Amino acid sequence: MADQKKKKLTPVQQEYQQLAKRHEPPRPLLRNFTRAFFTGGIICLIGQGIQEMFIRYFDFTEKTAGNPTTAVLIFLSALLTGLGVYDRIAQWAGAGTSVPVTGFANSIASAAIDHRSEGFVLGVGGNMFKLAGSVIVFGVFSAFVIGIVKTLIKMGG
Amino acid sequence: MTFLWAFLVGGTICLIGQFLLDVVKLTPAHTMSSLVVAGALLDGFGLYEPLVKFAGAGATVPITSFGNALVHGAMQEAEKHGIVGVITGIFEVTSAGISAAIVFGFFAAVLFKPKG
Repeated sequence: MADQKKKKLTPVQQEYQQLAKRHEPPRPLLRNFTRAFFTGGIICLIGQGIQEMFIRYFDFTEKTAGNPTTAVLIFLSALLTGLGVYDRIAQWAGAGTSVPVTGFANSIASAAIDHRSEGFVLGVGGNMFKLAGSVIVFGVFSAFVIGIVKTLIKMGG
Repeated sequence: MTFLWAFLVGGTICLIGQFLLDVVKLTPAHTMSSLVVAGALLDGFGLYEPLVKFAGAGATVPITSFGNALVHGAMQEAEKHGIVGVITGIFEVTSAGISAAIVFGFFAAVLFKPKG
């Protein structure tokens, strides 16, 4: 993808891109990886705790406890996003906060909050899925293709 | 014991996400989309369910489980209604996540002002 983009540029632009690339500060990989691993792990640990709570006190089974757990995590994430805490943690943690489902909720809540000044219908309603939309679209489309293929294989076999 | 595996597996999936961001240099949107598609594919091959059994929330909390749940819903309905079920069932399992995100996101927009 990057190569295709490069072909369309003039030689001067290509030269500039190479120059810019050389001066790009190296990303602190080890630090970012450790942070992502620990924050992500801790969020999943909290999720596991909530799940155990649903199983123990609310009569959910291991199979059904996943859904309310997700809902609670999303609620917490929306709340922390509103208070401005989630984005502060996210700056530190990188993918550790954006890969868990809380990151999905954060992208929806923060888009909703940011666009509120444009009104509830055009701003909040229209922009809520600005970031999360691609996740839903690609998830649903790939699930559709996989579902069709699997069903056809089962029917044939 | 599940707690330890939840931490390790969840952390590893986030590590993969960070790897895609920093080393492969994908944008955040590309990273998340890739992870969702990866989760859907893994479930297509029947590999995600064992991971959930083993790591609990370590596998269900990361966004990969969204892809897994979409395929799961589609297949559940497909078993009952054939090929039409693939369309009607896709959101069956993920309903909680999407509804919660929309409702709480909306509440957040009503209650909070943008920061920074």
